[in-house]
Amino acid sequence: MSAIAAGVTGNNPALNIGIFAVFVAITLVVVFRASRNTKTAADYYAAGRAFTGPQNGIAISGDYLSAASFLGIAGAIALNGYDGFLYSIGFLVAWLVALLLVAELLRNTGKYTMGDVLAFRMRQRPVRAAAATSTLVVSFFYLLAQMAGAGGLVALLLGITNKTGQAVVIAAVGLIMIVYVLVGGMKGTTWVQIIKAALLITGALAMTIWVLAKFGFNLSSLLGGAVDAGGKTGEALLSPGKQYGATGTSKLDFLSLGLALVLGTAGLPHILMRFYTVPTAKEARRSVVWAIWLIGIFYLFTLVLGYGAGAIVGPEAIRAAPGKANSAAPLLAQALGGPVLLGLIAAVAFATILAVVAGLTITASASFAHDIYANIIKKDKLADKNAEVRVARITAVVIGIVAIVGGIVANGQNVAFLVALAFAVAASANLPTILYSLFWKRFNTSGALWSTYGGLVASIVLIVFSPAVSGKPATASTPSMIQGVDFHWFPLENPGIVSIPLAFFLGWLGTVLSKERRADKYAEMEVRALTGAGAEKATPH
Amino acid sequence: MSTSHDPGTRPDPDEPDWAEVHGSAEFVELRRRLRRFVFPMTAVFLVWYLVYVLLADYAHGFMATKLVGDINVGLVLGLLQFVSTFVITSLYVRYADRKLDPLATSIRERVEGGAAK
Repeated sequence: MSAIAAGVTGNNPALNIGIFAVFVAITLVVVFRASRNTKTAADYYAAGRAFTGPQNGIAISGDYLSAASFLGIAGAIALNGYDGFLYSIGFLVAWLVALLLVAELLRNTGKYTMGDVLAFRMRQRPVRAAAATSTLVVSFFYLLAQMAGAGGLVALLLGITNKTGQAVVIAAVGLIMIVYVLVGGMKGTTWVQIIKAALLITGALAMTIWVLAKFGFNLSSLLGGAVDAGGKTGEALLSPGKQYGATGTSKLDFLSLGLALVLGTAGLPHILMRFYTVPTAKEARRSVVWAIWLIGIFYLFTLVLGYGAGAIVGPEAIRAAPGKANSAAPLLAQALGGPVLLGLIAAVAFATILAVVAGLTITASASFAHDIYANIIKKDKLADKNAEVRVARITAVVIGIVAIVGGIVANGQNVAFLVALAFAVAASANLPTILYSLFWKRFNTSGALWSTYGGLVASIVLIVFSPAVSGKPATASTPSMIQGVDFHWFPLENPGIVSIPLAFFLGWLGTVLSKERRADKYAEMEVRALTGAGAEKATPH
Repeated sequence: MSTSHDPGTRPDPDEPDWAEVHGSAEFVELRRRLRRFVFPMTAVFLVWYLVYVLLADYAHGFMATKLVGDINVGLVLGLLQFVSTFVITSLYVRYADRKLDPLATSIRERVEGGAAK
C-alpha cells in the first residue's frame, strides 16, 4: 500500500510538469489570439458578448468544476462514501435556481457586474458599493481556498515537499493566471475554461469507463468492491451519515451546508458574470442548460471514480498519501493507467486551479473597476472609457498578487471551509438581494443594503466564532484553523441555516422601514428583464 | 446601467414608455406565464431536495435499505435528484420556447421599433 503512495510523490514529476507545460503553451497561444479583438470594456469584461450558449455552458462548467469539485468530491466519496455524493447533488440542483429565476433576467438587465442589476432601480452609489463589497469578499474567500489547495497539489503531484519549493510553484501558477487575465480579458479566460472543461470531462469519462470495465459494468459490484476494500467500516460507505451522522449538531451542520450549496450557486459573482458573455437571454438559457448537463454528468463520473478509488486503491493508501482525500483521483489514475494517465490528471488538476482563479480574478477586478471606480469614485463621468479597463487590469494584477501571497501563507492550513463559506456568503448576501430586485416591486435601496450587508456580516461573524476557526483540537479529523485558543460560541461550521433566512428577513424589514418607492423604474426593469428590450447587444467583430 | 447613465446611446425623446408597456395586456400575460411556471417549479425542486437532504440526514436506516445487490434506497434517491434536475431543465426549455419566447420577442420588437426611430 505504501509503495503506491510513495510512487505518487516520487513518480516522474518531470512528466507531470511536461504535460502541464504543454497545456499552458497551448492556452497561452489561444489567449494571445483572443486578445487581438479585446479593445472596449464590453470586450474585456464580457468578451464582446459574442460566445454562443454551448460555448458559454462549457466555460461555466469549467469555472464551476474547481479542484474542490474534482479532487475533493472524488476523495470524499472514496473515504466517506455516500456523504461525499451529497455534496455533488447540492452543487447540481443549485443550477435550477440559476436557470429558472436568475440567468435570463440578469442577462437582460445588467451590463458587466452583479452591481448593475442590483443598482438598476435603486440609488446607484450605496447599492453598487454593497454589491462590490460582497463580490470582493466572496471572490477572495473562493480564491484563497483554490490557491491554498494548490500547495497540497504540488506536494502530491510534483513531489515538492518543502515549503519554499511549493511557494515557488504557487507563485508561478499565479503569474501565469495574471498573464491570462491581463492579456486575454474575459475572452481569453473563457477559452482557458473551455479547454480545461473539455480536458477534465474527457479525462473523467475515460477513467469512469475504465473503472466500470474492471467491474463488468455492474454498479453493484463496484460498490461491493468499495465495501470489501473498506474493511470493518466498509458497509457504512453506502449509506449517509459516515461523516455527518455522528451527533445532533453535525446533522444540523449538514442541513445548513445543504441550504448554502443549493442557494449559493446563483449568487456566485463569477458565475453570474458569465451570463454577460452571450448575446441574448435565450443564449444565457442555453448556456445554463449545457452547464447543467455537463456538470450533472461529471458528478455521476465522480461517483464512479470515488467508489472506484475506494475499491481499487483502498482507503488506507489514500489516507497515507500526501494530500489525503485529494489524492484519491490521482492515485486511481496511476493504478489504472500508470504514470502517463497520472500526468494527464495532474495537468488537468493544475489547469483547473488556473482557470477557476482566472475567472475569479476577472470578476473581482471588473466589480472594482466598474462598480467602485467608474460609478462611485468617478460618478459615471468617466470621459475615457479605456480608463475603466485600465483600472480593471491594474486591479487584476493586485488581486493576482494577493492570491499568490494568500496561497503561500495559507498553504497547509485547513481552509476547506472557505469554499463552504463563499457559498454561504453568496447565498446570504447576494441571492436574497438578487431575487428581491428581480421579483419584488416594493423592494428599495434600504432593503438592498440591509439584505446585502446583513447577510454578509451574519455569515462572516458566525464563521469566525464557529468551530471551523477555533476550538477543535489538532487531533480532530478536521482541526480548527487557529489552534491553542477557543473563542467559538456558534456550534455549526456552516452559517447558512441562520444567515440565509436572516438576510431574507432583513431585506424585507429594511424595505418596509423606508418610504422610497420607484414604481416607474420597476416597470422599466421588469419589461427589460422579461423581454430583453434595450438589452446590451453583442459587439460585432 | 440604467438609461439615465447612458445618455449618449439612448436619448430621452426615444425612450420607450415603459409604464405603458408594463401595463399592456401582452406584457401582463408574459409575466403571468413566466411566474406560473418558475415559482411552482422552484417550490417543487426545493421541497424535493430538502426532503432528500432530511432523509439523508435523519433517516439512515431507511436510506441504507438494500434494493438490488449493493444498491440501496439512498443511492436510488440520489440518482433521482439528477434525473429530476435534468427533467425540470428540459421542461423549462420546452415551455420557454413555446410560451415565453414568441411573446417576449413580439413585445421587444414593438418597444425597440418604437424607440429606435
